[in-house]
Amino acid sequence: MAVTMAQAINQALADAMAKDERVLIFGEDVGKLGGVFRVTDGLQATYGEDRVFDTPLAESGIIGTAIGLAMYGYRPVPEMQFDGFTYPAFEQIVSHLAKMPNRSRGTVKLPVTIRIPFGGGIGAVEHHSESPEAYWAHTAGLKVMTPGTPEDGYSMMREAIEMDDPVVFLEPKRRYWMKTDAAMPVTTEPARDAVVRRAGTDVSVFCYGPMVRTALDAAEAAADEGWSIEVVDLRSLSPLDTDAIVASVERTGRAIVVHEAARNLGIGAEVAARIQERAFYHLEAPVLRATGFDTPYPPAKLEEFWLPDVDRILDLVERALAY
Amino acid sequence: MTDAANGQVPASTDASDRPDPLDFLPPDEPVHLLDPDGTYHPDPDHPIDLDDAALRELYRLMMVTRKVDREAINLQRQGQLGVYASCMGQEAAQIGSAYALGPDDWIFPSYRELGAALVRQVDAAGFLHLYRGTWLSDHDPYKHNFGLMSIPIGTQALHATGFAMGARLDGNPIVAMTYYGDGGTSEGDPHEAMTFAGVTKAPVIFFVQNNQYAISVPLAKQTAAPTLAHKAIGYGMPGYRVDGNDVLASYAVTRRAIDRAREGVGPAFIEAMTYRMEAHTTSDDPSRYRTQEELEEAAKTDPIVRMRNFLTKRDLYDSALEDAIEEQTKQVASEVRAGIYDAPHGDPMELFDHVYLDATNHFEDQVAQLRSELSQGGEV
Ligand SMILES: Cc1ncc(C[n+]2csc(CCOP(=O)(O)OP(=O)(O)O)c2C)c(N)n1
Repeated sequence: MAVTMAQAINQALADAMAKDERVLIFGEDVGKLGGVFRVTDGLQATYGEDRVFDTPLAESGIIGTAIGLAMYGYRPVPEMQFDGFTYPAFEQIVSHLAKMPNRSRGTVKLPVTIRIPFGGGIGAVEHHSESPEAYWAHTAGLKVMTPGTPEDGYSMMREAIEMDDPVVFLEPKRRYWMKTDAAMPVTTEPARDAVVRRAGTDVSVFCYGPMVRTALDAAEAAADEGWSIEVVDLRSLSPLDTDAIVASVERTGRAIVVHEAARNLGIGAEVAARIQERAFYHLEAPVLRATGFDTPYPPAKLEEFWLPDVDRILDLVERALAY
Repeated sequence: MTDAANGQVPASTDASDRPDPLDFLPPDEPVHLLDPDGTYHPDPDHPIDLDDAALRELYRLMMVTRKVDREAINLQRQGQLGVYASCMGQEAAQIGSAYALGPDDWIFPSYRELGAALVRQVDAAGFLHLYRGTWLSDHDPYKHNFGLMSIPIGTQALHATGFAMGARLDGNPIVAMTYYGDGGTSEGDPHEAMTFAGVTKAPVIFFVQNNQYAISVPLAKQTAAPTLAHKAIGYGMPGYRVDGNDVLASYAVTRRAIDRAREGVGPAFIEAMTYRMEAHTTSDDPSRYRTQEELEEAAKTDPIVRMRNFLTKRDLYDSALEDAIEEQTKQVASEVRAGIYDAPHGDPMELFDHVYLDATNHFEDQVAQLRSELSQGGEV
C-alpha cells in the first residue's frame, strides 16, 4: 500500500511516541485537527491530550516552553505551522535552544525537534512558502535536516527525535503527497550522510528537500540529451556531508547546487565554497546555482517563474558542460 | 445554550470557566509588614511562619549578598570582571522570595539575581565567572535547581513555564519561579509565558522586581498600566504587589503564591516594589537620568537596615550575631577574590566541546585550525 511523505512522518511520530513516553507533540492546531497538513492526524486520539496538545497561538511561547520541558526531561517535538511563522520564535531558537547546551557546558541537554513545513510550490498566500534553512544552518548548536523521500521522512524523523542535540526538521510541504511503496517502518542511511540518488558522470547536482524530486526529473530529461547527471541528496544541511560532496565532484568535475531559497548566502554558497576549497583541481567548470531569486517569495501566480525547475537546472547543466 | 435570536454567537468555550476578575486584581497598596524602623504589622493573609533562626538567616543572606555585590563592583574596577550588574537595594525582594521556595522548586533567573543565587547556594565566585568571561555560565543548574542566567530580557519566563508545565504533567508537585525586571514586562516572551501558564495552570510564579528603571528608562515609559500587577488579570492569574524592600512581606506574599500554585490552582504574578541603588551595570552612568536627591530618598528604604531594626526590636540582634556575620561576609568576600582574582582564562579548545553532543562533520577542520594556531602562538 502506497504511503505518502505526510503519512510516513505521521507514523514516525506515532512510533516515537509509542517507544518513549517522554516524547511530546504540541503546536498550533496539532491536536484535534491533526495539523493543517494532517501530519499529526490521530496522534491526540491515540496518545491523549497530555502528550499531544494545542498551544496558544504564540511561536516564541511554543519553542520557549519546549526548552523548559526539555530541561525537565521531556523530548518535545513542537510544530511551527509554516516556515514564514517561525520568525517570532527566532530568539528562543537562536539565543537559547542552540546555545544553552554550550552555555551550560553540556549539563543542559535540549533534545527538541522543531518540525517546520517549508518551501513553496503549493500556490499559497504570502508567508506560507518560504525557505528559511540558511538561518538555522548558520546557527551553531542546531542540526538541520530535510527529507526528500517518504522513506527519509520516516527514518530521519525517528533519528531526529532520538538525538540529544536540538534539530530543525524541515518538511518539504509540496512533497507531503509524494508516495512510496516501501513498507514502514523503514531505516535509511544516517541523516548526516548525503546520499547519491542517481549516479552519473558528467555533472553533480546537489539538492535537498523539495528539490530532490525536481533534480531527479532534470537528470532524467538530461539523459535524453546524452548528459549523465549525478543527483546527490544532501539531507543534512548542518552539518553538511562535505566528504560526499567532494567525492561526487571528484567523479564528475562539475557541480550545480539547487535550492528554492534565495541565492544570496544560501546553502548553495556554502556548498560552492567547500567544493572550491577541497576539490579545486577537479573542477572543469565553476560551481553554479539554480535557486530562487533574491526577491521576496512571489505571489502564487508568479511562483512558477521564481522556483527552480527542470529547465533552470538543465540550462546550468548545459553551461557547465560548455566549459 | 446560546441565544442567536438575541444576537449572541455560539461560544467555543463555556462562560462558566471564566474566572472572577476580582480574584485577580492587585490590592491598592503593596503588602507591607515592616516599617523602616522595624515595626512589624502582622497581617492574617500573610502570616510569617519563620522561627528565630530563619529570621536571622534572612538577614545573614542579605548581608552576604551585599558584601559579594560590593566585592564584585570592586573586582570590576580592578579589571578582574568585564562588567557587573549589581543587585544592591534589591536583596529583600530576591532573598525573601527565593527563601519561600521548597528545596525541589526551581528558579529561572535573569542576570541580576545574585541574592537568589546565594539562597540556592550557588558558589559566589562561580556566579561571577560569567561576568569575568571565563565561560558563559559556571554552576550546574540541576544541582541547585537554579537555571542559567538569561541575558536576553524576559526569555527565561518561558523556560520556567515549560518546566512547570512538565512538572504538572509528571505529577511532580514542584513550583518554578522566574525573575525579571519592570522593563522585561514589556517584552513578548513574558507575555507569551503568562498566556501559556494561565491556560495550562502551570505552577509558575512570575516575580518582577520593579526597581524603577530599565537601564535609564523609567516605569512611565514602559507601561500605561495602573500597576504592573494589573497586567496579571489579562492572563487569568492573580497580580500581587509587595513592598520589595521588606523581606518579610516578600517572603509572605511569595509563599502564598507558591502554596496556591503547588495545590494546582495556577500561576501568579508578583510585582515587588524596589529600587536599584547602583548603576544598571558597572558600564552605566546613572547621573544622566536620575538625581542624587532621588537616590538619597531611596536609601532611606534600605531593606537590610529595616530587617536589622526588626531583629533588634525582637531581641534577635546582638553583637555576637553582628560579629559572626561580619566574620562570615569577610570570609565569603575573600573566597570570591581568591576564586576570581587572576583566575586562568578558559581553554580555547573548549570552544568546540559543548556545541553538540555529536559534533561529527561540524567543524573538525576548524578544531585542527585553532589547535595549529595555538601551537604557532606558543612558539612566538
Ligand atoms: C532582548 C533584550 N533587549 C535588550 C537588552 C539590553 N538590556 C540589558 S538590561 C536592559 C534593561 C532591563 O531592564 P529591566 O527588565 O527593568 O531589568 P533590570 O536590569 O532593571 O533588572 C536592557 C535594555 C537585552 N539584554 N535583551
